[in-house]
Amino acid sequence: MTAHMNTGRSDRPRRSARAVSRRTLLVHSAQVAGGLALATWTRGTPGSASPSTDGDIEIWDAHIHLSGVLGTVEQRVDHLLRFADAMGIARLVVYMGTSFVYDPSPEELRKQNDEVLRAVAHAPDRVLGMVYLNPKQQAASLAELDRCVRDGPMVGIKLWVALPCSAPELDPIVRQAVELQVPILQHAYDRVGENLPGESRTADVAALAARHPDASLVCLHTGNDWERGIRTIRAAKNVWSEVSGSDPTAGMVEMAVRELGAERVVYGSDAGGRSFGSQLAKVYSAGLSRDAQRLVLGGNLRRLLRPVMEKKGMKP
Amino acid sequence: MIIDVNAYLSRWPFRRTPCDELPRLMDKYREFGVQQAWVGTFDGLFHRDLAAANARLADACRQSRDVELLPFGSVNPRLPDWQEDLRRCAEEHRMPGIRLHPNYHGYSLEQPVFGELLDGAVQAGLIVQLVVRMDDVRVQHPLMQIADVDTKPLAALLAARPQLRLVLLNALATLRGGDLRQLVAGQHVWCEIAMKEGLGGIAELLKDVPPTQVLFGSHLPLYALESAILKLREAQLSAELRAQLERGNAELLLRSRQ
Repeated sequence: MTAHMNTGRSDRPRRSARAVSRRTLLVHSAQVAGGLALATWTRGTPGSASPSTDGDIEIWDAHIHLSGVLGTVEQRVDHLLRFADAMGIARLVVYMGTSFVYDPSPEELRKQNDEVLRAVAHAPDRVLGMVYLNPKQQAASLAELDRCVRDGPMVGIKLWVALPCSAPELDPIVRQAVELQVPILQHAYDRVGENLPGESRTADVAALAARHPDASLVCLHTGNDWERGIRTIRAAKNVWSEVSGSDPTAGMVEMAVRELGAERVVYGSDAGGRSFGSQLAKVYSAGLSRDAQRLVLGGNLRRLLRPVMEKKGMKP
Repeated sequence: MIIDVNAYLSRWPFRRTPCDELPRLMDKYREFGVQQAWVGTFDGLFHRDLAAANARLADACRQSRDVELLPFGSVNPRLPDWQEDLRRCAEEHRMPGIRLHPNYHGYSLEQPVFGELLDGAVQAGLIVQLVVRMDDVRVQHPLMQIADVDTKPLAALLAARPQLRLVLLNALATLRGGDLRQLVAGQHVWCEIAMKEGLGGIAELLKDVPPTQVLFGSHLPLYALESAILKLREAQLSAELRAQLERGNAELLLRSRQ
């Protein structure tokens, strides 16, 4: 199966990056990234930005769900892209299907991943897919990994709340991820009360990273309690901090960049449950240099995905 | 021009934030064209000497220059002689309104003293800002877990006080659907956008709340100002509607008490 395969599940026209020109996206992105220019960009009307020649930041959003928006898979993708266009976001990394299932069965995993395959097929130049796995369903998960990543167009792994990720059941999946050169995106929350039954804490991510130093792990939400989460993953050099899905609290990205380095911080939104705007604000408000913004808003994610994308003939 | 109806001075007790000093806050407002902000004080959450906290707030606002800061003082009806704090807010400091934190002050909206406080505010011609939450309850400090304000009793309280002008702050993380529609049906309740989330969330909000009752709010300095700004852009509103939310509704609300 090639990187640009069509699953045949939709006869709707595929949405190409040409629907919104790369130039428009770059102009928006560059203007947003330009410090004071943000004030002008945010107050302008969509599409009214004047052309720029130094637009060199392409925003990739590492955390998108098909839930939180309505319609068919294809309609949901169109809806997401309409707002992504308004915010200058070039690529959406999508995982999990149209409903949230904590502990999916093999059949449910396949159904959800099929929905993501449809999303990728609908807008192959804008949407990247990650395969949703459940370590409690090890055989089915390894089969899905082969189907969707090794033999399919997906470019990474999403693990949610079926099992804390420090559990040994993760090991075969992680070994296979290393083999395929794909990152693992692991949800992690450090709630002040009890976590959900199978929900990972950031300490679980750090423990898994220590066991698999060759793996690339993205700690989704950085625990939400990010002051704790950043400290927890600080020493784990193969863990990236992803900043989605929490309130737009001032100071989050500043601390992440200060403690981890801009090379280990990744922008994501958790849309459609969250707003693109509230989550982008964490990055734009952080007073980062243009180089650091470039890394956080897409450069780091592209670097993580480069091996698998190049292998599939995709442009990272 | 933007009017931000949800900002604070002083320090958040659990963290320093990039704009928690007045000059930085003002720089941020100037950068984004915010010309007026309605500010409370973080001191109002835990301090018992609210008279001093409110006096400091009023003094800081008087010193602001190109960005107009309007003070909203704190009143805690569980403290003795809270009526004097209310009087000073209205008569001495000439504040346009007060900002209430029932969950930090330990009372529910069903308690009679809350109704008394609302009556006092109406009598003094004060706008009432009611703060439903300050931060995400899932990740609060382990020694300081503060539940959201239960807003269910509000509908009856509002019905009995048609002169009350009530602004709900940080309400939209939890208040939605039928409960929200019921509250705003009375037309003298406003909400602001600081905690509104979701894809195109502000446009979605306008399906439940009349556009005349939505205000621009940032929750600065705890939140990034850029969040409210970018959410408005994401909503892709007409210029007219956007201006209404950014300043027009707040101007009308202020004028209504003069």
